[in-house]
Amino acid sequence: MGREFVSASKVFHADEPGRRIVKRLPDGVTLIFHRPSGLTHILGSPAPELLEALGEGAADIDMLIERLSRDHDLGDAGEARAALAARLAELETAGLVWRA
Amino acid sequence: MSGMRHEFRVTVGPVGFRIGSDWAGPLDAMRRLYSGYPAPGIPDFTVRLAAQRPWRRFIRPSVMIGGDFMLPDAAPMALAHGLLAAEMGMNLQMALGQRRHLLLHASAVERDGRALLMTGLSGAGKSTLSALLGERGWRFMGDEFALLDPESGLVHPFPRMVSLKNEAIGQFGGVVDPARLGPVMTGTPKGTIRHLRPPDDAIARMAEPAEPALLLFPRFGHDPAVREIGEAEIFVRLTQASTNYVALGETGFTALTRLIETVPCRALDYADTDTAVDMVETLWGELA
Repeated sequence: MGREFVSASKVFHADEPGRRIVKRLPDGVTLIFHRPSGLTHILGSPAPELLEALGEGAADIDMLIERLSRDHDLGDAGEARAALAARLAELETAGLVWRA
Repeated sequence: MSGMRHEFRVTVGPVGFRIGSDWAGPLDAMRRLYSGYPAPGIPDFTVRLAAQRPWRRFIRPSVMIGGDFMLPDAAPMALAHGLLAAEMGMNLQMALGQRRHLLLHASAVERDGRALLMTGLSGAGKSTLSALLGERGWRFMGDEFALLDPESGLVHPFPRMVSLKNEAIGQFGGVVDPARLGPVMTGTPKGTIRHLRPPDDAIARMAEPAEPALLLFPRFGHDPAVREIGEAEIFVRLTQASTNYVALGETGFTALTRLIETVPCRALDYADTDTAVDMVETLWGELA
């Protein structure tokens, strides 16, 4: 059973970087060992980049876009925003990101 | 070991086993096949071959596999298959209890201190191929389990009896010394089984690890082909090939990612084992 309430918060959190081991593989896929849960995750871009950006501290999606734009070309702003929202939702389901 | 009338102790690679049995027969067969293997002082694992119920010994003898770990489907087997029951019990203890090493369902052979690992689904041919290579100039390290040391990154041998199944049995008759072959067991849950004692040097060097140098995913029954595989797929396949990846946690993650980052890997399809041996030699020459 999932949690019954829906969080209204728009601020995303992730564990600090020291709580996971990140291995980028040559084929572009990133393996993440999440220490608190002991689970292994297999992620493609931009999920690892989102976790890295959240490593600077909790952020809403606009702040995340700003942080990611420093090192990445995000292209069309509207498409980027929709794609990042979808990836954040997946990371929430995986237990790597939460809202509070 | 209360209640066990007969006992046999054997060391395979870095692991010590104690096998207790209500009957002498399966242990006599093991003593013959495992002659020359060292006996452990304190065994790591215990396997019990027990009468399912006392009265069954008088009706139709059957073996119940037990030990430090038990699975609900460790079903009773005919006493004639006691040797297979002991092997299944040993596998069970290893798969569930191994903590020192990342355990991979893989066969392994060695040359010049470097190991070739082969993993794949049951029937893919990893066991047969490793046994054949062991007769053709490679050191046989194991046909079922490769033990990856998380500290050193080295692979430790587990040279138990090779479990030859069905068609593979014919490939060794007339090739190896008959004294190395166990009884033919027909009608087992795995079909016809015959055990093969590894070559003497495999037994003498069972404590000698090797550095992994090539990882292959053989697949029997297909036109010969060699394919590259993406690292993510290799990782997933290896987690599936490991029975204790989750139990080892971070240690397992680090050991496995190090393996895929350092060792070249290919999928290898083959239709007959002689071709497969040639393909293995070619790949070893190119990649290892």
